[in-house]
Amino acid sequence: MTAGGGATGEDVGRALADALAEQRLRIVASLIRTTGDWDLAEDVVSDAAERALLTWPRDGIPANPAAWLTATARRRAIDVLRRGQVERDKLAEVAAIEELTDDHTDPSPMGDDRLRLVFTCCHPALALEARVALTLKVVSGLSTEAIGRAFLTSEATMGQRLLRAKNKITHAGIPYRVPTEDLAERVGGVLAVVYLVFTEGYATSARSLADEAIRLGRLLVTLLPDSDETRALLALMLLQHARRDARVVDGERVTLEHQDRSRWRRDEIDEGSALLRRRWTVRGPYAVQADIAAVHASAPSAEQTDWPAIVALYDELLDIAPSPVIALNRAIAVGMSDGALAGLAALESAAEDSRLAGHYLVAAARGDLLSRAGLHEEALIALEQAIELAPTDQERRQLEQRVAELRGS
Amino acid sequence: MKYMMLVVSDPEAADRPADPAVDEVEDWVSRNDASGKRVIGERLRPPESATTVRRRGGELLVTDGPFTESREWIAGFDILECEDLDEAIAIAATHPMVAAGTIELRPFWPFDEA
Repeated sequence: MTAGGGATGEDVGRALADALAEQRLRIVASLIRTTGDWDLAEDVVSDAAERALLTWPRDGIPANPAAWLTATARRRAIDVLRRGQVERDKLAEVAAIEELTDDHTDPSPMGDDRLRLVFTCCHPALALEARVALTLKVVSGLSTEAIGRAFLTSEATMGQRLLRAKNKITHAGIPYRVPTEDLAERVGGVLAVVYLVFTEGYATSARSLADEAIRLGRLLVTLLPDSDETRALLALMLLQHARRDARVVDGERVTLEHQDRSRWRRDEIDEGSALLRRRWTVRGPYAVQADIAAVHASAPSAEQTDWPAIVALYDELLDIAPSPVIALNRAIAVGMSDGALAGLAALESAAEDSRLAGHYLVAAARGDLLSRAGLHEEALIALEQAIELAPTDQERRQLEQRVAELRGS
Repeated sequence: MKYMMLVVSDPEAADRPADPAVDEVEDWVSRNDASGKRVIGERLRPPESATTVRRRGGELLVTDGPFTESREWIAGFDILECEDLDEAIAIAATHPMVAAGTIELRPFWPFDEA
C-alpha cells in the first residue's frame, strides 16, 4: 500500500504495530527528556496511533509509517504544550526531535534517550515493584490493565503505583540520565528488574511477561553492547524460555528430568548458546546460570547430562553469589554426578542453613535422593513431609504423584 | 534542588560500627561547604534534651522527650543544594555517619509547587 489509496484494516493494523514497535519507545523517551512530562509523552503517542487507525484506511498507509508516527506525536505534543503556555525554548526543543529512524542512531549509546529512560525507570530510589511496573508501562508500552493482570492486582491499584512512582521521580529529583557513577551496579539494578519480569512470567506461566522480558533483554543488549552481564541475562532467559512447551503440559508443571526435550525450541537454544560463546570480561551470576542452562539444553536426556560440569558451575555460582537455594540445587546435581549418597551428604550440609528450615524443596530433594539410593521407606517419609510443607496445590499434586510411583514400584 | 539530609542514629542497632570522630564529620562539612553543596547544617543534642510541644483541646502540652517512641533519633541535619537526587545520594554516601547510622534525603516542597 502506498499513500494516495485506501488500505485494508489488516494492513493498517500490521503497519501500525510495526511502526510502534520500531518508534514508540524512541518517541516517548525523547519527549520525556525534552518536556519532562511522562504522561504527555505516553498520551501523544497513543493519540498518534489512534489517528493512524482513523486516517490510514482512508488515505493509505504513509510511505514511512514510523516517521509519520513521530511527526504526528511531536505535533500533538507541541499543541498541548502551547495550550499550557510552555516557554518558547522548550517548544523549540520538542520541535527539534528528529524523525529517528534506524539509519539515524546516536553513535554513543550513552546518549540514547531510550537508555536514559530505562535507567530512570529502574532507579534504586524507587521501590522494586514500582520499577517493574514503570518499566513495563513506559519502556514496554503495556497497558496499566495488562500489568495489573500480570501481577494479580486491579487496574486501579496498578495505576496508583505508577502514579506514585512518577511523582517520586519528579518530587525527589530523580535525574533523567545514564548514570556516570556506579554504572555496573546500576546496570545490575536494571537487569534485576528485567529478570524479575521474566521469573514472574515463569511463576504464573504468563508467557507474555516472559516474552516482554526477552524483548527488554534484546533492547538492553543493543543499548549496552559492552555489558557482559546483559548479554548473559538475555542468553539465560532464551535458554530457559526455550523449554516452555515442555515445561507445562495440560496445565501441570513438568520437571526438567521428565520434559519431552523434542519440544524444546532449538532456534532459541542456538541463539542463547551463541551469546555465551563470546569472551567474558566480567563473569557474573547470570553468565554462570546461563552456562548451567546451556549444559542442560545440549543434553539429550537427564541421565546423559554432563552433571560434573553442572556441579562445577554451581560451585562457581556459590563463589560469586552464595545462596542456600543454589547450595540445594548443587546437592541435587551432586546426586546425579556422584551418586545418591554423595548427593544426600551435600544436601544435609546445604540444609544446615537456617534459611532453608522447613522448606519443602529440601524434603522433596531428600525424598528423591533417598529413593535413588534404594531407601524407599525413608524416601516416602521425606516426600510426605514435603507434601505437608508444599506451598501450592500444583506442587502438592506433583509430590503425590511421586509418592504413588514409589508405592507402585 | 534543595534536600534536607537527616542524619539518623540507632545506638542499639546490632553490629553497629563506632560513631565517627568529630573531625571526620568536620572534614565532610568543610568539603561540602567549599563546593557550595551544603547550605547549612548542625549536630543535634540527643533525645534526652528534646522537648515536645502540642496544643490539644485548647491546652498547651509541653512534655519531656522526642515525639516518637522510636529508638532511632535524628543526630543532625544538613541542607544540600544539588543538581538532582543522584548528586545528593553521592554526597550522602560520603558522610561519616552513613556506616554507623542511616541518612534520609527529603526533597524540599515549596508552597508554590504541587
